[in-house]
Amino acid sequence: MVTILIFLPFIGFLINGLLGKFLPKSIVGIIGTGTVLGSFILAFMCFNQLSSLTEGSIATDLYTFLQVGGLHIKFAFTFDKLSGMMALIITGIGTLIHLYSMGYMHDDEGYYKFFAYLNLFVFNMLVLVLGSNFIMLFFGWEGVGLCSYLLIGFWYKNVNFGKAARKAFVMNRIGDLGLLLGLFLIYQNFHSFDYKEVFAQIGLGQVSAFTLNSIGLLLFVGAMGKSAQIPLYTWLPDAMAGPTPVSALIHAATMVTAGIYLVVRSQVIFDQAEIAREVIMWVGLATSLFAAFIGLKQNDIKKVLAYSTVSQLGLMFVALGCGAYTAAMFHLTTHAFFKALLFLGSGSVIHGMHHEQDIRQMGGLKSKMPITYFTFLIGTLAISGFPLLSGFFSKDEILIHAFEHNKIVWGLSLFSAMITGIYMFRMFFLTFHGEYRNHHHAFEKVHESPITMTLPLMILAVLSVFGGLLNLPHFIAGHSISGALAHYLAPIYSFPEKEVELNATIEWILMGAAVAVFLIAFLYTRTKYLTKKSVPESDDQQEGLGKVLSNKFYVDEIYDAIFVKPIEKMGDFVDKWIDGFILKGFVDGFGKISQNASGLLSKIQNGNVEFYLIYMAVAVSILLAFNLF
Amino acid sequence: MFQSIDISHYIYLSTVIFSIGLFGVLFRRNAIILLMCIELMLNAVNLLFTALSTYMGDADGQIFVFFIMVVAAAEAAVGLAILVMVYRNTRKTDVSFLDKLKG
Repeated sequence: MVTILIFLPFIGFLINGLLGKFLPKSIVGIIGTGTVLGSFILAFMCFNQLSSLTEGSIATDLYTFLQVGGLHIKFAFTFDKLSGMMALIITGIGTLIHLYSMGYMHDDEGYYKFFAYLNLFVFNMLVLVLGSNFIMLFFGWEGVGLCSYLLIGFWYKNVNFGKAARKAFVMNRIGDLGLLLGLFLIYQNFHSFDYKEVFAQIGLGQVSAFTLNSIGLLLFVGAMGKSAQIPLYTWLPDAMAGPTPVSALIHAATMVTAGIYLVVRSQVIFDQAEIAREVIMWVGLATSLFAAFIGLKQNDIKKVLAYSTVSQLGLMFVALGCGAYTAAMFHLTTHAFFKALLFLGSGSVIHGMHHEQDIRQMGGLKSKMPITYFTFLIGTLAISGFPLLSGFFSKDEILIHAFEHNKIVWGLSLFSAMITGIYMFRMFFLTFHGEYRNHHHAFEKVHESPITMTLPLMILAVLSVFGGLLNLPHFIAGHSISGALAHYLAPIYSFPEKEVELNATIEWILMGAAVAVFLIAFLYTRTKYLTKKSVPESDDQQEGLGKVLSNKFYVDEIYDAIFVKPIEKMGDFVDKWIDGFILKGFVDGFGKISQNASGLLSKIQNGNVEFYLIYMAVAVSILLAFNLF
Repeated sequence: MFQSIDISHYIYLSTVIFSIGLFGVLFRRNAIILLMCIELMLNAVNLLFTALSTYMGDADGQIFVFFIMVVAAAEAAVGLAILVMVYRNTRKTDVSFLDKLKG
């Protein structure tokens, strides 16, 4: 069953990829969506089966696909509680986004190609999470990277989009190197790639902390690339070049969380790698703040969401760094709900506005797009931590763990949460409230999206509201229903997760702080953008800090100067001197020599019989002379 | 009477005739003269063959001469035929003019 669950999207990919050109759009869309929906149903069945099984996982061994010496790498899948949860998120949200794409991409000529890529992505992502060894994970890891590349550059005729795709690919490649080195180190120490074997060996406690820290850090480098953390985050905002459903599925809900999954999966390693965890926490925190600040000054609706994703991922890494794996998974889940919702909502806006993405050109869309408006509002409230919505609980849990771990981290995370609220509401008010800021006849044309697009929005909105029920804090709810996710995930941890030992009063205060921060953010943006109706200046009017922020701290420019330019220079050098001068000189030189020589020799053969006779006579004379003397 | 002439004279004579033929072939342009010079060279060789044959008391050399004469006759016939054709086509018997083989 697990095998079918994984390969169903692959079959969809094959059908759409090979035959999609000849099929009508409706069938392509149904195949694409249907296969993922089938996977989702199967995943749900596996998930139900799981609770009745004693060993806690469904393992499927297909075959050994690599055997070198003592190394056996199996093509095997394990459906356990962690991978099952990920599989549900991937296929569930995947189905909604496929459905949405049927509406969003309807007029695109690459319709079948889009669904083929999207199916391939779901397949790879499932391999990534369900594989039962690190090599399968790596396989899926590279696969999703490829699909990400293909989908970012989906509208490849625009050169900048192609460049964005290339950037994402190269950035990921840097992270992949770290992951690969981490895997080598794992093999060197444990002589296996299998999760069970590796983790069992670590569980014996005979591995030095240094080794575990090194492995942990290297794996984290991989996670940095995939989950867009400092310093490898710059690809994610550029990845918004892809169609919006892609941004929602790959660059918000699933692929970018692969790094989180990797860390949670390797929890045994990270539990004993204190230094690596500390690094993860600080990098996550820095990313969270950094991206949130940049998000404040972005005017592209998708860019804001992209930086918000980076920021939220940073927050998840903060949780991981504190050892709060459940909190990270919790936030991952709720984030998948509301960020997919927000992206799809922004897609709906872009669709309704006929491909306008600048929020300065929008405003007052509330009346024109009621469903989008309402669902977007829920998404915004959820991400900024409106009490009792999903994002509120998951963010709060991270904050509590952070508070227990380190007060400064808590303070900064809270600050980052406040900025999140500010930029989200700024975008929200500018888009949906106030006056329309473009030509009026354009406003007439703005329309609500078709049902295939609004239905996923509504489902995701419901999930965003109630997602918090997955893991309620126990000081609010009773012990029987609180912490459902923590109980659920407990078996996959080899070390029991440490409980937060805070008394209820402090937890209430912390929660109050989170609410206060939300209110500050809300009121501030409300006064600024709703009451005062201020609109962000155009790019060239920015100055001071605002200019730095809207230029994203010039990180791209810095990378360009440090890495890209020197490499281009080197390329030019090699092209001009090594290739153009030395190698070309060699090759051409040989050609020239033989050409000149033949030119000389061909003069001898002038076609005149007399000369031939003379040559003959001379040659014979020489031969005779040799014989005589 | 024959014995009174030394073998070296025959050799000198045939060498001179051969050289005349050779230089004629190399430096004259008229095709008819070329053919005649080739005859000269062949006959110089013939002369040497017969002389040495007698000197050595061996008939082989004289037999060889017959073969050479046959070949020379055939060569002269073919050569003259070619020459006639060349003359008909070009109105010339100058070989330096024939450089179609130029590479």
